[in-house]
Amino acid sequence: MTRISVTVDGVRYDDDVEPRTLLVHHLREQLGKVGTVVGCDTSNCGACTVLLDGKGVKSCSVLAVQADGRVVTTVEGLAPTGTDGELHPMQRAFHEKHALQCGFCTPGMMMAACDLLAENPDPSETEIREGLEGNLCRCTGYQNIVKAVESAAAELRGQRAGSTEEVPS
Amino acid sequence: MTAVSERPSGEVGAARLRKEDARLVTGQTQWTDNIALPGMLHMAILRSPMARARITRVDTTAASQQPGVVAALSGQDLAGEQGSLPCAWPVTPDMVHPDHPALAVDEVRFAGEAVAVVVARDRASAVDALEAIEIDYDPLPAVMDMDAALADGSDLVHGSAGTNKSFTWVLDSGEAGTGGAVDKALADAEVTVSRRYIQQRLIPAFMEPRSVVVDPTGGQFTMWSATQIPHILRLMLSLVTGTPEHKLRVVAPDVGGGFGGKLQVTPEEVIALLAARRVGKPLKYTETRSESLSAAHHGRDQIQQLDLSARRDGTITGFKVNLIANMGAYLGLVTPGVPILGAFMFNAIYKIPAYRFECTGVFTNTAWTDAYRGAGRPEATFAVERMMDELAAELGMDPMEVRRKNWISHEEFPFTTVAGLTYDSGNYEAATDKAMQLFGYDDLRREQDQRRENNDPVQLGIGISTYTEMCGLAPSRVLGSLSYGAGGWEHASIRMLPSGKVEVVTGSSPHGQGHDTAWSQIVSDQLGVPFDDVEVLHGDTRTAVKGMDTYGSRSLTVGGVAVVNACGKVVEKAKKVAAHMLECSVDDVEFGEGSFRVKGSPGTEKTIQEIALATFAAHDLPDGMEASLDSDATYDPENFSYPHGTHLCATEVDTETGEVKIRSYVCVDDVGKVVNPLIVDGQVHGGLAQGIAQALFEEAIYDADGNLQTGTFVDYTPPSAADLPSFVTERTETPATTNPLGVKGVGEAGTIASTPAVVNAVVDALRPMGINDVRMPCSPERVWRAIQDAKGGAA
Repeated sequence: MTRISVTVDGVRYDDDVEPRTLLVHHLREQLGKVGTVVGCDTSNCGACTVLLDGKGVKSCSVLAVQADGRVVTTVEGLAPTGTDGELHPMQRAFHEKHALQCGFCTPGMMMAACDLLAENPDPSETEIREGLEGNLCRCTGYQNIVKAVESAAAELRGQRAGSTEEVPS
Repeated sequence: MTAVSERPSGEVGAARLRKEDARLVTGQTQWTDNIALPGMLHMAILRSPMARARITRVDTTAASQQPGVVAALSGQDLAGEQGSLPCAWPVTPDMVHPDHPALAVDEVRFAGEAVAVVVARDRASAVDALEAIEIDYDPLPAVMDMDAALADGSDLVHGSAGTNKSFTWVLDSGEAGTGGAVDKALADAEVTVSRRYIQQRLIPAFMEPRSVVVDPTGGQFTMWSATQIPHILRLMLSLVTGTPEHKLRVVAPDVGGGFGGKLQVTPEEVIALLAARRVGKPLKYTETRSESLSAAHHGRDQIQQLDLSARRDGTITGFKVNLIANMGAYLGLVTPGVPILGAFMFNAIYKIPAYRFECTGVFTNTAWTDAYRGAGRPEATFAVERMMDELAAELGMDPMEVRRKNWISHEEFPFTTVAGLTYDSGNYEAATDKAMQLFGYDDLRREQDQRRENNDPVQLGIGISTYTEMCGLAPSRVLGSLSYGAGGWEHASIRMLPSGKVEVVTGSSPHGQGHDTAWSQIVSDQLGVPFDDVEVLHGDTRTAVKGMDTYGSRSLTVGGVAVVNACGKVVEKAKKVAAHMLECSVDDVEFGEGSFRVKGSPGTEKTIQEIALATFAAHDLPDGMEASLDSDATYDPENFSYPHGTHLCATEVDTETGEVKIRSYVCVDDVGKVVNPLIVDGQVHGGLAQGIAQALFEEAIYDADGNLQTGTFVDYTPPSAADLPSFVTERTETPATTNPLGVKGVGEAGTIASTPAVVNAVVDALRPMGINDVRMPCSPERVWRAIQDAKGGAA
């Protein structure tokens, strides 16, 4: 067992983990953060994508011990804290553009999209499609996901333009 | 955007954002794998590494002594308890239906079949202990090829059956008395086209792996399962395991996609129930993706021999279909029925006077096949739509002209087809004209000519698919006549709460289709209550007490109509209460927008909310009336529904590399009345992605020894966003005449129509090179080889 300290969605958690524990299992089973899900065992589907120090990672390909001392954002921490019921622009865009059906891929898809927009705030359709290549969806055919990311990008650009502070993705 | 220009006056037809999304976008979803019960154990499954072998020894002693292990069980340990998994569709009286044990007992019949399980205190301990199970196999030759399996002297998947043939099923228009004999039509034909097509094996690959939790506490068994069919599952589990039905509750919480892949009574569910019964504690099993790809059922996998006869002017005179359908190693819940559904669709939208369909179901040492996204209808539509293009090429006609020449015109509905179905309504001309115009068909044909003249290395292909499907499975008596074991009805109840809020209970169990939203829209219009005042309950046999579940695009066309009827009963009762309160005759009361009024007396009214409260209080009800404003409705449709549409695809095919790029994709679907255009568009998009994936990307491949070569997402390659284009999706709206909502179903339309549209476009690009077929998926390698073969043939 190894002691790790990880800040997840704004809360610091100190836990003992087996060295083999994957971050996604630590999140789901030890911390009860079940918004992040597991869709495959080969890091292909992207359903478990979270932000690690603001950067998108597939949490099935990161050991929990590698997250020691770092900051994790999951879908459950995506919306601004302290504003109950408020959605992150990405969550709102997925809802408004009907970018989900069964919703299983949605948390990972949105986290990957946030990562994409952090790198490229104004992506073209092709750039969005390529940026989400590591996340699979079986329901939507991706069309509305692309629209949602375009819409969230526009809103986030607007927020950035109207604010002196960097808006966290 | 929808093609329907008029704005809806009520909720039905409005592009309502989904109620479901609130929890799904915030990670508050209840997937089965999220469930954690106090003291819950975990189960892991050992699976056969071989396609066919005798099990000569199983020893679970060492495994059962591993740390954290509570039980280690083999098939032998559960013999006598585990029954045989059900097949609910014995298509012929003499169908061969071998035993299908949840845990293999003395022989394994496909790689991935479950052979033993471990129950342990955590998942890692259970998986670790699998390695300590000692099991000896005596390998046997695997039967992998469908033709070889049917040959005399073949090795047998089920030795005791004495054959690899499960059944032969025939539909013949001559026998049905609707027209001529196919062989005569073929013999007398001015032109015939014969082709052999392969429907490759596909894997449903729902994003949420299958998962099951069983709580056996107190002799009451509650099972949560990622299933499409909680009601059917409950009955079947009780029959298979001997657990009394009234002691068994099945819950389908949020389910992460199904596509037919979760329309099953799985070995995993049976084993989990038996193991939980054995250890007396709650337990959970969640499959890995590799287990899902190898051991959840597969789809398609047919060999189609097709013979079409026609006159020189393009009029079709006969169509003969010979299918071999791969059942896999066992029969699943509806395995034999899948190709039989297709039997009714090979004539598609065309007036074909003579038709014969014959299907042979065959066993092989592969995962069993069953319903998958369209179930039989994509296979049929592919066959007929490819043949329309081949006939056009043979005659030198435009492929759309051949279709126009043969299809049922909109004045001819209702129309009884050669397969015996009666299509209630449709307008193929309208959908096609609109699609052609949006697509720019004539301009693309001109560009194609230019590229051909210029010998452009990138050739343009245009693919057409004009389809229909039978949706909303369906009238119980018809399903009975086809020997299908379940009914075709659906159930709904309305619970009008004292405050005027409404609970709708539906037997239809969603997995992404947006029932909460669509049902709320329907109820809002029917009862005149606000959209947000409606709550939809489903997927739990304790609250949604009756149902036939969700598959075959039946939710709205059957379940939605049941909701309408349940609402009608509430209004009927409320009207009596209103008449009593307003002191008038029931015949004088009219209902609209949530209020009951005395005809011709403005100002006198009682809202439905007031009546709900009065009926709950029951202080002054008409004599003999029961308290509360509830209803219960079971709807059994009079017919299937028949959505249709025209799909057009333009592909650019690189003749040097074999790469296929979809340049544009236009579809105009007619799904009857639209309840929510957002949901319809979304379902069409997803269906298109799957249909295109069959055409270009996906195939389950076994090697000659029966090892699945596509057992991970690395090898079985569902398309990503980067692999697909944006689509133009529009609609025409020809309401169904057979249900009060006018709805026809949409879930499978995109999948059914798009595969032939894409393959027709690929072949169309290559036809000048002498190529008239490319086997699916039309990968760069397959296309490149077809080109090289054609070049070689010309040299």
